[in-house]
Amino acid sequence: MVPILELKNLSVEFPTRHGTLKALDHVSFSIAQGEVVGVVGESGAGKSLTGAAIIGLLEPPGRVSGGQILLAGRRIDQLNDDQMRLIRGREIGAVFQDPLTSLNPLYTVGQQITETILAHLPLTPKQALSRAIELLESTGIPAARERIDHYPHQFSGGMRQRVVIALALAAEPKLIVADEPTTALDVSIQAQIIELLKRLCREQGTAVMLITHDMGVIAETADRVVVMYAGRVIEVGAVKDVIHKPQHPYTIGLMGSIPSMSAHQTRLMQIDGSMPRLNAIPDGCAFNPRCERVMPICRTDRPELMVAGASQAACWLHRESKEGQP
Amino acid sequence: MSDVKPLISVIDATRWFDVSAPWLERMISRKPRTMLKAVDGVSFTINRGETLALVGESGCGKSTIARLLVGLHDLTRGEILIEGQSIRTIHGSKGKALRKRLQMIFQDPFASLNPRWRVGRIIAEPLAAHTNMTRDEQLARVDVLLRQVGLDPADKSRYPHQFSGGQRQRISIARALAVNPDFLVCDEPTSALDVSVQAQVLNIMKDLQRELGLTYLFISHNLAVVHHVADRVGVMYLGRIVEIADRDTLFADPQHPYTRMLLSAIPDISGSGRARTPVAGEVPNPLNPPSGCTFHPRCPFVREQCRQEAPERVVFKGIEVACHGVAQGWPMQAN
Amino acid sequence: MGDAFKRLWQSDLAWSWRHSYIAILSTVIFVMMMVASFGAPLIAPHNPFDLATLNLLDALKPPAWNVDGQALYPLGTDSQGRDLLSAMMYGMRVSLLIGIASVALSMLVGVVLGLLAGYAGGRTDAFIMRVADVQLSFPAILIALLIDGVARAVVPREMHELIAIPVLIGAIALAGWPQYARTVRGSTMVEKNREYVQAARVIGISSPVIMFRHVLPNVMGPVLVLATVHLATAIITEATLSFLGVGVPPTEPSLGTLIRIGNDFLFSGEWWITIFPGLALVLLVLSVNLLGDWLRDALNPRLS
Repeated sequence: MVPILELKNLSVEFPTRHGTLKALDHVSFSIAQGEVVGVVGESGAGKSLTGAAIIGLLEPPGRVSGGQILLAGRRIDQLNDDQMRLIRGREIGAVFQDPLTSLNPLYTVGQQITETILAHLPLTPKQALSRAIELLESTGIPAARERIDHYPHQFSGGMRQRVVIALALAAEPKLIVADEPTTALDVSIQAQIIELLKRLCREQGTAVMLITHDMGVIAETADRVVVMYAGRVIEVGAVKDVIHKPQHPYTIGLMGSIPSMSAHQTRLMQIDGSMPRLNAIPDGCAFNPRCERVMPICRTDRPELMVAGASQAACWLHRESKEGQP
Repeated sequence: MSDVKPLISVIDATRWFDVSAPWLERMISRKPRTMLKAVDGVSFTINRGETLALVGESGCGKSTIARLLVGLHDLTRGEILIEGQSIRTIHGSKGKALRKRLQMIFQDPFASLNPRWRVGRIIAEPLAAHTNMTRDEQLARVDVLLRQVGLDPADKSRYPHQFSGGQRQRISIARALAVNPDFLVCDEPTSALDVSVQAQVLNIMKDLQRELGLTYLFISHNLAVVHHVADRVGVMYLGRIVEIADRDTLFADPQHPYTRMLLSAIPDISGSGRARTPVAGEVPNPLNPPSGCTFHPRCPFVREQCRQEAPERVVFKGIEVACHGVAQGWPMQAN
Repeated sequence: MGDAFKRLWQSDLAWSWRHSYIAILSTVIFVMMMVASFGAPLIAPHNPFDLATLNLLDALKPPAWNVDGQALYPLGTDSQGRDLLSAMMYGMRVSLLIGIASVALSMLVGVVLGLLAGYAGGRTDAFIMRVADVQLSFPAILIALLIDGVARAVVPREMHELIAIPVLIGAIALAGWPQYARTVRGSTMVEKNREYVQAARVIGISSPVIMFRHVLPNVMGPVLVLATVHLATAIITEATLSFLGVGVPPTEPSLGTLIRIGNDFLFSGEWWITIFPGLALVLLVLSVNLLGDWLRDALNPRLS
């Protein structure tokens, strides 16, 4: 089956007065239909930028400088604004971090949802309205029939995020890009929203690209996970594999630095140094200055994704396993 | 239980904020005064060298407690004693000496350092305010502090924006330690940091606690972090403490329904697929809290008494819990 | 010192300046005018105030490139034989002096009151802002006229000339401080709640020290932009007042005074007496305004 989303060597650049910054450098991965893929990384890794590039909302002067974005086999990175607008909503839905700024405060929730439905589906306004109410109900908002006429500020944070999810699913897209959808919410609400997203996407067969820095959320929600570092993909694999048997030294360090609620640790594993700034990415493997198992080749040659255990990792340590076929 | 007197004693601490509409508007529409009961009768103690963590969600009052403990807010009612001395003396003549013993580390690494000051000056500020050190002595101390938090003495002539989030938090820690305080209030010190950076900062904080015999009050919403750093844990909800216990006891055998709900709501990275109590509802508006036990609308074991009466704190197997169900032994099985 | 200059040259602000033709041009013009006016005693071809050097026979001579003009008087002379170019240079000096002094005074009063209002809040804030509001509802010229009139009434005649310039500076400053106060108050209210201010309070630093050492450096950005724009306004205000006859005394004419004097001769053919001072005023104010515009855009992080 054709994957719903495929990124092939996607590169994004930012021309600045100090030179051109490579914010994404040959990023490749794919999302199968109905699959939930987590994109995880720390600040500056480029995960939000990947989401923005896919939706076509890169802030100028940033631009796609190479590679391809394929939506169900069709290239979308070359489309202009008008063409992207048709795709956004109908084929790709978006859920962002801050529910307060994702909704227009001047329109009722109902108006915003029906507007999206009418823009993309051939329904009458009446049909659109009843579909909007259905959507609200399915996201667990009580008394949907009354609340459809409420304004965003009349909802609490968690409720607003449910509305945003309803909005994202309104036109029945095949893919949802969710950028830190639960980070701004309380812990107890986070759990509810994650459940909701999982359930709705399973019911409608929607694929999800879940961008977050929170590995716990990924563990609960995703099927596969993509780990990013300094604008590159450094590990891809099934969630259980990446979390319990990480292959790349960075992923190993990352998993080790997450405090656990069951084990008793005196010290957390710590990776010295910090992620390089975009204008100072080292040659070869971007992680080499911080890596405990660095080898001479790491400083000169950049590794491609290669088979590593049950996952794939961009690391020369796995060079021996199989001659790199990602 | 040791018979050593605790370093910090918080007794019925209360802080209300007046968020009423302006006087004229109230006169015209006959609205009563609106008070936000951010902290409503909180009591706990912290022993020297210990780390007490306060957890809770938004609106629970943990940040307000932090500020009450360092004198940034005044108590509406109740008392806070630092080795017997009341926090209310902080504005008086004895206040300066008290301030030397209490310091705070803030959540936002970008806003907690003055962007226009050099790092050296930032760290030396408490020295200038509390000691008679000469300029050279101050610079020497700044060097020592920078090394203690894992930074380079040469960094003191740079500006905050030249450092990463984790490094800025370390600068904040260096500043807090400048005058050798006894007690450090840490308000979500790692919440704004990436996971790997968080690990660095938490490790340093633990090392320093051991070396310098520090006492921490650690505020967080992240239970995993709390599990790593705390000796004892207090759970707060809408301005009140609902449960306080030893770390291991709280995590292994939580008593209060809210604590249980919190623990089961955390995404489990080990993916054990454990059974969870369903999480219901949202934190209500703190301006209009529910009657009786403020948790009752979300509690799966609610009874009529919960709606009428706010529960008293009872000590139960070394744990302090405020719940009618626990106090009276109602059957509250986790499913 | 050299190190600080090097850092300034490499900063974003300097880069922005180097890449903006308008900024460079305005700066050059402004600097030239500053040099011409404050260096007037040294570089002006004549001294228009030295009555001994005036020659009435040279009165109303047109600019040098005219048929009747003389190279001695490059831009012509006025009705009393004063060299216009020199008079303009001295006049610009007066204008600039009054402009800069009133802006400085305005800034001082406005920033201090704004800091106080923003930091203290409550009644102090309400009081200061109401005073500012009331004052803003009066046009600046009216305030200046009012103060000037009061001063003339109160002070004995002989002292008028002596106090004219200080009164003028005070009047223009008074009209301008509310702008600074409002801007600073807004920024102060934001900065007051930021963690670095709270950290200083936890350390035990007193409020005045926090206001001036911590908050002030962080709110000065918009103030500098305001000051450049205000300089232009101040110069025009002074020119207007002098034009109306209630500004500087005639013994120390500013550009405005020269324009007024020349106005009488405009339609009898001696156009240069009013046009050249007018052009100089326009050029001065324009360069200051453009610099202010550039500064505002350069300091705005969103536009970069």
